[in-house]
Amino acid sequence: MVRNPEANRDQFRPHDHPNDAFLLTTVVGSYPKPKWLNRADELVDDPDSKFDASDLEEAHDDACRLITHEHERAGLDTVVDGEMRRNEMVEFFADRIDGYEFNGPVKVWGHNYFDKPSVVEEVAYDEPWLVDEFEFTSNVAERPVKVPVTGPYTLGFWAFNEAYPSTEELVYDLADLVNEEVEKLVEAGARYIQIDEPALATTPEDHAIVGEALERIAAGIPEEVRIGLHVCYGDYSRIYPEINDYPIDEFDVELCNGDFEQIPTFTDPEFEPDLALGVVDAHTAEVESVAEIKENIRQGLRVVPPEKLTISPDCGLKLLPRDVAYGKTENMVTAVREVEAEIDSGEIDLDNPLADD
Amino acid sequence: MTERVAATPGLYPLPDRAKETLSDLKGHQKGDLLSGDESEAIVAEYDEVRAEYVDHQLDAGLDLISEGQGRWDDMIAHPLTVSDAVETGGIVRYYDNNNFYRDPRVADDLGFSGDVAGELSDAADLLADADGAADASLAATLPGPYSLADLATDEHYGDEAEFQAAIAEFLAGEVAAFPAHETLFLLEPSLVTNPPAEGDESSATDAIATVADATDADVVVQTFYGALGEKLYAHLVDEAGADALGLDLVAGDRDDTVYNVQEFGSTDSLSLGLVDGQNTLVEDAETVAERVEWFEEQIPLEGFDRTYLTPNTELFYLPTNKYREKLNALAAAAEVLD
Repeated sequence: MVRNPEANRDQFRPHDHPNDAFLLTTVVGSYPKPKWLNRADELVDDPDSKFDASDLEEAHDDACRLITHEHERAGLDTVVDGEMRRNEMVEFFADRIDGYEFNGPVKVWGHNYFDKPSVVEEVAYDEPWLVDEFEFTSNVAERPVKVPVTGPYTLGFWAFNEAYPSTEELVYDLADLVNEEVEKLVEAGARYIQIDEPALATTPEDHAIVGEALERIAAGIPEEVRIGLHVCYGDYSRIYPEINDYPIDEFDVELCNGDFEQIPTFTDPEFEPDLALGVVDAHTAEVESVAEIKENIRQGLRVVPPEKLTISPDCGLKLLPRDVAYGKTENMVTAVREVEAEIDSGEIDLDNPLADD
Repeated sequence: MTERVAATPGLYPLPDRAKETLSDLKGHQKGDLLSGDESEAIVAEYDEVRAEYVDHQLDAGLDLISEGQGRWDDMIAHPLTVSDAVETGGIVRYYDNNNFYRDPRVADDLGFSGDVAGELSDAADLLADADGAADASLAATLPGPYSLADLATDEHYGDEAEFQAAIAEFLAGEVAAFPAHETLFLLEPSLVTNPPAEGDESSATDAIATVADATDADVVVQTFYGALGEKLYAHLVDEAGADALGLDLVAGDRDDTVYNVQEFGSTDSLSLGLVDGQNTLVEDAETVAERVEWFEEQIPLEGFDRTYLTPNTELFYLPTNKYREKLNALAAAAEVLD
């Protein structure tokens, strides 16, 4: 059953918010790393260099501060550090969870590889994964910080399973670990958690496994904590309306990439969680205009009313040039504030949001 | 007595050093992938990779030596993506994997390429010069025509059966140029994942027979990603011109596979997919040997020639250390059984 998004949404509304309507603006998480950070990541592995692990930590801190402030400068209501400390969405966590080992890169396509880990024994929780990262970011941020966490289904299915009789059982054990991490994040003050499950899009028939994993993640997490689920590049008719049963506050989805063709999927039956809608494409290097993004935002109003609509880019922006990522984010926020004003003034007909006033 | 032969259908992971060198030489984008007219530096790198693959297999003690197909950027779609009659389209998912290949769009009459024959000749030369290769012979690998047609897009022939037949003729032409080889593996995963409609089985088996007829070598039609449907299985045994059908005993329900063999008989030889090509867990030789015995106990063995001990899929899914351990496990299992 859907959680209670109404109970936690208002805390993200800035005190000086200019409009009555409030569409929560956020990002999915990853952001282009500054070139110097990539150099720093390489330098620390160079035995001839004096640049050491503590220098790298300082570089990561600097980059997190920089990108958090870049998000604030773009006007976002909730911010992320751009995942500056993370290398890859599975590797980063597999490195921190007992039970995984790495054997080397495997092919994804062409000469693109991924250090796909193997689960060689029962997974276990050791040190916190993200609490330090969250505490740092929330200390430098003026806006609330969202924490993206790779979900247990993706952590399980994008690894080799050597240890569990079925990968489903591995996923449930991982879900218990994610729950432990979320509890620690909440204790540290986090109020906005996003579970990333891109693997669900490739195997939508497993939606019930993801549902059970989410039950475990959300168990005992108070309702003032907002739990989102991000999925991307899938055929959503195969997981809707099942996601209405997921214990989440918000479902974040990339639809700009597909020109919003899948919007009608979510209109019947009624969409229950809040909708976080991607309105800028994460894989085109052109910055969409404010006017175009405003049209995209209206697509979301076909599914949910303004008080249940969150606006974000389609996906993490890390593969874009940094100025393009910034341009998209800034235009997205400008478009949202203009749409809010048009809702306030009645220019947008909420019963027919695509119609010109 | 049944002869046990340890072999693989190839498609090995690139050694880690070559992964880096080749990404530097070629790039990471779609347009950077192999087109068959690579530069000298790239050719030289692949020559080294091929030599390493031959050494790995001889070290392990395999009975049949594969070229390893390090050049096959597009996995089993490779023979088409280097063909002049083909334009490569977008990146598309490779079966139910987190792997992708370039969509081969066949836009013209498929003509002879000789690409695979070229790399096999190089492998044959390596094998002829290698120490300790006296007992090992060359195994060639191609996609089966049914799977290759399934992976490709037809923008020229216009009819499914005609397209399959054209691909089969194309592959047969490639086989005719191969150097001497003891075995030809035709990889046919699509027979499991996207089988022909009922009534269309014969156009698939005819296409396979066209390719099989082009060589005097033993032909193994290797199916994987699970068990074959029973009717299709029966067609394949009778009509595909295969000396051996390859059956996946790792993925899917292996009891279905046993049932097929019990019910519909089998080719004179069989190839068994025994080690998991998609999991880093390495089976020990005894486990592999037990799987062979488990299977053979349940089927009538009279007149049965050979059992090929193979991985259930290609091996490129694995990190390089584990791929080598899988080769070792197969060769050691054949020893245990002898």
